[in-house]
Amino acid sequence: MRKDLLGLEGLSRTEIEEILDTADTMREHLDKGEINLDYAKGISVVNLFYENSTRTRTSFENATKFLGANQVNIAVGSSSVAKGESMYDTVKTLESIKNSIVVIRHSMAGTPHFIAKKVDAHIVNAGDGQHEHPTQALLDMLTMRRHFGRLEGLTVAIIGDVKYSRVARSNIFGLLTMGAKVKLFAIKTLMPKGIEEMGATICNSIEEAISGSDVIMGLRIQLERQTSGQFPTIKEYFNEYGITMDRMKLANENAIIMHPAPVNRGVEISGEAVDSDCSRIFEQVTNGLAVRMAIIKLMAEGK
Amino acid sequence: MLLIKNVKLNGELTNILLTGNKITSIVKDLGDFMDIPSIDGKGNTILPAFVDIHTHLREPGFESKEDITSGLKAAVAGGFSAVCPMPNTNPVTDNKYIVSYIKMRARESGLARVFPIGAISKGLKGDELAEMASMQRAGIVAVSDDGMPVTNSNLMRKAMEYADGLGMITISHSEDKSLAEGHANEGANATRAGIEGISRVAEEAMVAREILLADSLNVAVHIAHVSTTNSVDLIRWAKAKGIKVTCETCPHYIVGTDELILNYDCNAKVNPPLREERDRQAIIAGLLDGTIDAIATDHAPHTKSEKDREFALAPNGISGLESAFGLCYTALVDSGLMSLDRLSELMSKNPSDILNLPCGELIEGGLADFVIVDTDKEYEIDSSKWYSKGKNTPFNGRKVKGQIMTTIVDGNIVFNRETEERI
Repeated sequence: MRKDLLGLEGLSRTEIEEILDTADTMREHLDKGEINLDYAKGISVVNLFYENSTRTRTSFENATKFLGANQVNIAVGSSSVAKGESMYDTVKTLESIKNSIVVIRHSMAGTPHFIAKKVDAHIVNAGDGQHEHPTQALLDMLTMRRHFGRLEGLTVAIIGDVKYSRVARSNIFGLLTMGAKVKLFAIKTLMPKGIEEMGATICNSIEEAISGSDVIMGLRIQLERQTSGQFPTIKEYFNEYGITMDRMKLANENAIIMHPAPVNRGVEISGEAVDSDCSRIFEQVTNGLAVRMAIIKLMAEGK
Repeated sequence: MLLIKNVKLNGELTNILLTGNKITSIVKDLGDFMDIPSIDGKGNTILPAFVDIHTHLREPGFESKEDITSGLKAAVAGGFSAVCPMPNTNPVTDNKYIVSYIKMRARESGLARVFPIGAISKGLKGDELAEMASMQRAGIVAVSDDGMPVTNSNLMRKAMEYADGLGMITISHSEDKSLAEGHANEGANATRAGIEGISRVAEEAMVAREILLADSLNVAVHIAHVSTTNSVDLIRWAKAKGIKVTCETCPHYIVGTDELILNYDCNAKVNPPLREERDRQAIIAGLLDGTIDAIATDHAPHTKSEKDREFALAPNGISGLESAFGLCYTALVDSGLMSLDRLSELMSKNPSDILNLPCGELIEGGLADFVIVDTDKEYEIDSSKWYSKGKNTPFNGRKVKGQIMTTIVDGNIVFNRETEERI
């Protein structure tokens, strides 16, 4: 494991496999109810969440607790950015915490990279703007690998707000490295320019994206995208571009539905699809915990 | 009297005699002149000193970024004898008092000529015209709301007409802000880095508007910092139609692309943003065929802490005075794309002509403003050694050819790399 986990861009297949294999082991612990582990004793995990997050933050906090590490919370919030607090000063205070892993979420792309250059602590990117969210993509890949037994050769359709999605970018980097194929569908206002240069295939309709795919991954459509004029109405969005059980008939046999949550039922996906047998959305939460435990464990071993 | 011995002018070794601030004669054979005070050009090339028609000297108001003295030191170290500071100072250069202050501070520094550019609108707010005529009496040579586009097309029209009546050109910072709510060029690299993109159309739409206004009013307009393929094409079309449009580009659009933002180097954050390779090629084509008239630095110094932070929060701008010649000479002349004469035109005569400045030529009877450059000297750009307070450049460590050895302004040696005289 490298010093930092800033993104999946540039990570090798071996590096990703090391994390996924360790996460499988962590998942076994979780399935057996073993949550008093000591893989990371003496390590401090510092949470630096500049952007609101319930799921990711709780997941990291539980991973920290289950591995016997210390939890350190630094009170920052989206407001501290607005107030113009210097990131550099915050970073300086981090340097006093020894043997630490710093988990950062920030609304601006590249901020974890900026901090990683300044401190000796391990940095884990828990989401930077619309850039990367590596632990999410790793838990997505873990979920796929546990279902299909492999990643190589899978076809993954990522559907929804690709433009603003760090989950999409991390999954593209990771899945392509692992030998999967990635198809993208977004309405044109939510499809970022030049993303095909990252190696994914752009589809012209949601049907084209779902057809022949093994994994259908929905991305959250924030309601503000409608009010900011990216599409006319929620109703039109769901009718034309929503993931529904009807459209799922086009997918490969044994295909699964995934979503990074929180889900907007009746916007990017139907409630029926969320709750269907092929949905792995709740399974993803458990795998998220396993992946974050794996990363903390590997970083603790590498201190 | 001062004799500049042994310098290469248009490829031939010669000697240049100065009397006061004028070039008295250019003589191949020294003969009778042997006894007067002289400096040895050591066979290096002599050019008219460069003229920067787009500079941010930051004073008054932002002296931690740059002040007039540090900015002028940077100018002469970069081979410039004249700079035109933009009006986005604090207070804004929108009245004669600030213009007079800048002129006074420039005289105190005494290094390079300063020809301020006044604001188009009061406070750069885009609402009401600033007092252009009074500012002109105090010394401005053009008007611009640089940094802020004039969103109101009717105000831009009035500005172009009013300034034209004073014999001044209006300089357009072309940017439709509603299409520019990002931090890097919209495209594959911004997408990969997860940085919100700025559409090329933000620039191009306003370039088109200025061209059409200039045509309909039959007045001149100058487009600042051209960065995209379509902007170059629009200006080429306008020139072919005889519309009075001139434009400049900057060294960073000649040598850099948005690949430089992939590691979140805030020193590569600039407005307009660094574009893609095809734009860079279009800029070079425009320089070669005369569509682009001039190279200006858009020297935009910032402090280290302002640039050493989250990419989205860092201010735009590249410190450019001290790297302009090396970058341009290497990319354009040493590469064989154009002659040194053409680069000299782009950096001296043309910018001077656009603003009707008395600079930019090296002729008998002309102003003794020139620069001696060592075109063979290879070195790495290192902004820590610059005179400018702004060390913000994405080109640190880049190997370039062509170094400024001596700068003479008004007959005085204001920069000498070997002795660091007067600096």
